[in-house]
Amino acid sequence: MAGGTASSGGTAADTYKNARPWLLLPAWAFLGVFVLAPVFMMLVYSFLTKEFRGGVIWEFSTAAYDQFFFNRGLFGDEPPTIEWTYIAIFWRSIWQAATATLMALLIGFPTAYFIATRPEKLRPMWVFLITIPYWVNLLIRTVSMKFMLRDNGPINDFLVGTGLINEPITIINTNFAVQLGLFYSYLPFMVLPIYASVERYNFSLSEAAADLYASKWVTLRRILLPAVKPGVVAGCILVFVPSLGSFLAPDLLGGAKNFMIGSLIEEQFKGNAGNWPFGAAASMVLLTMVLILLLIFARQQARAQKGTG
Amino acid sequence: MRRAKLDIKSYPGFFAITLVCLLILYAPLLVVTVYSLNDSNSITNWEGVSLRWYVDVFSGPESQKFKAAAWNSFTIAIIAATVATTIATLAATAMIRSGAFKLRSLSFGLISLPLMVPEIVLAVATLIFFNSVGFTRGYGTILIAHIAFCIPFAYLPIAARMQGIDASYEQAAQDLYATKRQAFTRILLPMMMPGVISGFLLAFIVSLDDFIITNFVKGAGIETLPTAIFGSVKQGIKPNIMAISTLLLGVSILLVTISYVVSKSEKTK
Repeated sequence: MAGGTASSGGTAADTYKNARPWLLLPAWAFLGVFVLAPVFMMLVYSFLTKEFRGGVIWEFSTAAYDQFFFNRGLFGDEPPTIEWTYIAIFWRSIWQAATATLMALLIGFPTAYFIATRPEKLRPMWVFLITIPYWVNLLIRTVSMKFMLRDNGPINDFLVGTGLINEPITIINTNFAVQLGLFYSYLPFMVLPIYASVERYNFSLSEAAADLYASKWVTLRRILLPAVKPGVVAGCILVFVPSLGSFLAPDLLGGAKNFMIGSLIEEQFKGNAGNWPFGAAASMVLLTMVLILLLIFARQQARAQKGTG
Repeated sequence: MRRAKLDIKSYPGFFAITLVCLLILYAPLLVVTVYSLNDSNSITNWEGVSLRWYVDVFSGPESQKFKAAAWNSFTIAIIAATVATTIATLAATAMIRSGAFKLRSLSFGLISLPLMVPEIVLAVATLIFFNSVGFTRGYGTILIAHIAFCIPFAYLPIAARMQGIDASYEQAAQDLYATKRQAFTRILLPMMMPGVISGFLLAFIVSLDDFIITNFVKGAGIETLPTAIFGSVKQGIKPNIMAISTLLLGVSILLVTISYVVSKSEKTK
């Protein structure tokens, strides 16, 4: 996700007339038709009228957004008040994603720091160890988490077995289970960018701080943290964004009560009960939120780059 | 001097947290693997080691469903990864070997778009698109959607590899009267092969693993392994799911390890 773009490319190669931007055509065509156009169609659908058996009628309507934000009473004839149902679901999603991000930061930062301070030869192996779980099927990882958190699953068995608790505690189908699931799903995303920026960090700055009698923790807080902030922000974004729209963790770990945006959207397209324009509108709201976040992030990173270069 | 430097770098407790981090990442996978070997009809009680649930996956009552789903998953992953890798290789060549040109950063934005848009949004958009142009949902729509989100996963390792290859190799070839095409196929392509293989494998894994987008665009009557597993899990975790999950987990880890080894090989040759 944070994949760096190429720098200015082959400089001398330009003189050899190797310019061949037309090789981008297949990518442009494919992604244009099957990613860009669909996102545009989604925007269009969010302004259409719903068909009762799923799908849409091609008639302009703002009903979807109206339903999302306003409550006009049972028959739609009362003066509009703010509809809190969906805003509350979005708010819960933000809260869940933020908690998962914080948990990932607390575990991920020390891990990333530890790896970045290993001998250079060993670092790729550590990074690889952190990356492997990311490539394992998210569904399978979420199912494993469900298995772990059951009332009589391994975690409860362990806690009862060691005498820490007397009887199993219910973790599954709570908000906390969803937070744990999200945290577990995206933890590698927190470690990698922080690792990358700590690795670039100039440790002579810490030495200078130590020479001036700063304690280790002061050095960490006042010198290291500001220097690696772009990596920390990148890690937080990479955990927060996919958590926000996730479907599997709330669906499998949260039960019916702990609905998040992903489940709300999914429901609109299931079977005949759904409301496609409303699902499209909710997706547009989510997409807008994510894009604003990424924009802030991009500006922040650009500023950080200017600061160091 | 060296000791003092190391001392400044290390913080008490960070190593312990790293171990906790690895434990969190790996414990659930290990537990599922161990319990897939459980000789019991229930997932709760441990009744000794056996391979009966693996036998069940291949010849049990649900084996037909899983075999069909596995066939779909693997064929889709192979085709999607092949097409995506081809598109990504061409795109990377244009991006890295063309110097600065108009639309360059826009192109990069478009290529990484599938990574930035939340997966559920991409799923909704793709479903709506197929619906509006009248494509019947099925194998074809899954394949198209998979190619699209595989492109950035294939692109990143390929582009990274190509950036590490000095342009002078192709220039030398052209000085010796190789055509542009020859310089590409005979010099650049073999040199960036590790990146291409790595990109292909990553694309293959993400295609094999995808659930959300597949679930939206698949339509009734066709399943891939993740959607079949999800369907079963909704009725409770059964031991055969543990076995099939372990198999899929093994495939992913094997492929990502190969990808890692290949991309690290002959790094700066």
